[in-house]
Amino acid sequence: MHNLLNNLRDAPVSAWVGIAIVLAYAILAIGAPLFAPFAERASVGVQYHPWTAPHYLGTDALGRDVLSRLIYGARNTVGIALATTALAFFLGATFGLLAATLGGWFDAIAARVVDVLMAIPPLIFALLILTITGTSVLSLILVIAVLDSTRVFRLSRAVAQGILTMDYIEVARMRGEGLFWLIRKEVLPNAAAPMIAEFGLRFCFVFLFISALSFLGLGIQPPTADWGGMVRESAKLIGFANFATWQTATFGLAPLLPAGAIALLTIGVNLVVDWVLHMSSGLKE
Amino acid sequence: MTDLLLDMTDIWIEGRSERRWKPIINGVDLKLHRGEILGLIGESGAGKSTLGLAAMGYTKGGCRISRGSIRFDGQEMVGAPHNTLRKLRGARIAYVAQSAAAAFNPAYKLIDQYCEGPIKHGVMSRAEAQSDAVDLYRKIRLPNPDEIGFRYPHQVSGGQLQRAMTAMAMSCRPDLIIFDEPTTALDVTTQIEVLAAIRDIVREYNTAAIYITHDLAVVAQMADRIKVLLRGDEVEEAPARQMLSAPQEDYTKSLWAVREFRREAPLPQAEGTGPLVEIADITAAYGPVRVLHKIDLTIPRGSTVAIVGESGSGKSTLARVIMGLLPPSKGQIKFDGTPLPKSSRQRTPDLQRHVQMIHQMADTALNPKHRIRETLGRPLEFFLGLKGKAKEARIRELLTLIELDPDEFIDRLPSELSGGQKQRICIARALAAEPEFIICDEVTSALDQLVAEGILRLLDRLQREMNLTYMFITHDLATVRSIADTVVVMQNGAIVEQGTKDEIFSPPHKPYTELLLSSVPEMDPDWLTNLLQERSDILSPKDEP
Repeated sequence: MHNLLNNLRDAPVSAWVGIAIVLAYAILAIGAPLFAPFAERASVGVQYHPWTAPHYLGTDALGRDVLSRLIYGARNTVGIALATTALAFFLGATFGLLAATLGGWFDAIAARVVDVLMAIPPLIFALLILTITGTSVLSLILVIAVLDSTRVFRLSRAVAQGILTMDYIEVARMRGEGLFWLIRKEVLPNAAAPMIAEFGLRFCFVFLFISALSFLGLGIQPPTADWGGMVRESAKLIGFANFATWQTATFGLAPLLPAGAIALLTIGVNLVVDWVLHMSSGLKE
Repeated sequence: MTDLLLDMTDIWIEGRSERRWKPIINGVDLKLHRGEILGLIGESGAGKSTLGLAAMGYTKGGCRISRGSIRFDGQEMVGAPHNTLRKLRGARIAYVAQSAAAAFNPAYKLIDQYCEGPIKHGVMSRAEAQSDAVDLYRKIRLPNPDEIGFRYPHQVSGGQLQRAMTAMAMSCRPDLIIFDEPTTALDVTTQIEVLAAIRDIVREYNTAAIYITHDLAVVAQMADRIKVLLRGDEVEEAPARQMLSAPQEDYTKSLWAVREFRREAPLPQAEGTGPLVEIADITAAYGPVRVLHKIDLTIPRGSTVAIVGESGSGKSTLARVIMGLLPPSKGQIKFDGTPLPKSSRQRTPDLQRHVQMIHQMADTALNPKHRIRETLGRPLEFFLGLKGKAKEARIRELLTLIELDPDEFIDRLPSELSGGQKQRICIARALAAEPEFIICDEVTSALDQLVAEGILRLLDRLQREMNLTYMFITHDLATVRSIADTVVVMQNGAIVEQGTKDEIFSPPHKPYTELLLSSVPEMDPDWLTNLLQERSDILSPKDEP
């Protein structure tokens, strides 16, 4: 704990910016009902209200408050992305570490299965499965988690293989330690740094993936607010907007709001990840 | 010799750690004349590499030169613009790193890397540089000088790489070369060749050199002057011969005395107890490559057997076979009269407990994420079933046993320990299992001489107190002289000679033993010259092309 605080104090400005962005999103997502001025799904005003009080970021085609939907969208999109990434890591890391430690036929089979899954473009594969299973939140999470766990498998296996050549593993094996101990006590703590960094990156990819699926209409379904879906709904407005005055221009800027929310979070997470990677690499400059 | 080449005055260097600038070098002066070789010695952490790099106006990441002046041939280097320094480095000041294998780029041929410097600095064209490279390769006595440059680094042996590295440093005919422990990673037999090559080429081109090492016998062969450093301070400086024969300071004297540790005769064993370990007719292979061939060895209780030989002779493989990590294809190992199952997986925890091993690199043998409490506690829990207070008390006892203060060390991570302390923890971990037999695999070769001596004394004391039996794998014959009762000489996976220490160390020797023994550097500054003379007398008909 002391170490973590020390590291935090040494963190560069970029990491602090990243941490601030991620924290702000987390607070918004958790306390969405407190911060949102209107309900997530109710029509509360006229269509395409300009950016003035009481709808500071306007309303959408159904008269729903965009600011409120953005805040609720954080909860839905980020929450699902987080759950998916966690599941992907659980699956990928478990199999990756087991494959590296056990080796032999288990490693061979697991690696080939992963190769097959990775050979199919993930977006096409996800579209295919989701068309068959239907687009419930659960199936969304499961499908993306399985697809993403292949990348986590590859990473954790490679990291663990490096660690397994160390003498302290040999010492533990000579002592006659079991598999569970080897993985949990000897391998996992040393693999943690690159895995945490990968978690951040993977989270961004999952998040973009869900947004992409929502944009294509197979992600989170309306009327639930999510950023990918909001971009899709308002994308065509850019073409009709009149940018002559501020009042009319806000109409065309609508799709940029959820898109910007996605971009900002991605940048924030990446800033934090860069810092974690830098620490784990042990560089001083 | 009156021409002053490098003049470093009042150098202060600081390194940043834990948010503070900490001193590494405290106001050291260093002067070097043209064609002079200065030996820089001290234990690790003394700042000798930092000072060597500073002679190029360079500091490692996280370090800075906070005060002082470095004048190279009249040019001030502290605070000089990057471009000025860039023109000096490589062209007029060159650097030879400790591990040539790590310093060469594995993706390029040796000769391409040789040519890079001269071409970049505009000294030679590519064709000139290539023919020059072949010329230098010949001078530095690399085999096949015409062809060796066209190989990749992994296709050349370690000693040859280190010579190629020296040739590369010479490529622009610099005025100054900094050698940072160039032979530390090499076998004694290879070390000789590299030392001779470096010395000849430096003399021939009248290049000044700073030779950094912790091996006194090596520096005695190379240097005109010797400077001793201790924790960033200069201890003393004198011409080599004077320094070797009459050191002034206590610290220097203690460095010189290290090689004189001798252990007393082993304890007499109770009647009727057979040998502890019997190895009969062991043959082992990694896949199709046979590494051990018909090894027969008996290790008496309470004694120390030293296994010597160069790298690749199968010493460490023998240890792995005994530990059950590499099941032998033939033969049997008996421990205390009972045959050991071939693989460690078939051995019971109790059998495992009696045989422990201490690795060469304490860095990789300790889990960096485990605190000392956990590292030592686990074998206590695993083998002896100790828990809670009993375990804690035993950990503290073990730490006291290896001469570390329990209160200070019990909660540290391996990264918070020095090299010697790490090796002590590894010893404690082996002792935690309460073994009878310990295999020490080059346990002191990564350590400085003073620290290594401390480890040897500790091992010797523990042996007496606990009646332990050691198998001591090493390539350092000074270590063998200090601690062994019997010596086994190995070459190419077979035992060449074995006997008591006195038998092995007194003539007549078998040819390979002779080669090994005569290759160990001695403190006499004329040793290398005399040895090369002797060898060329013997070998000259065979050596000439």
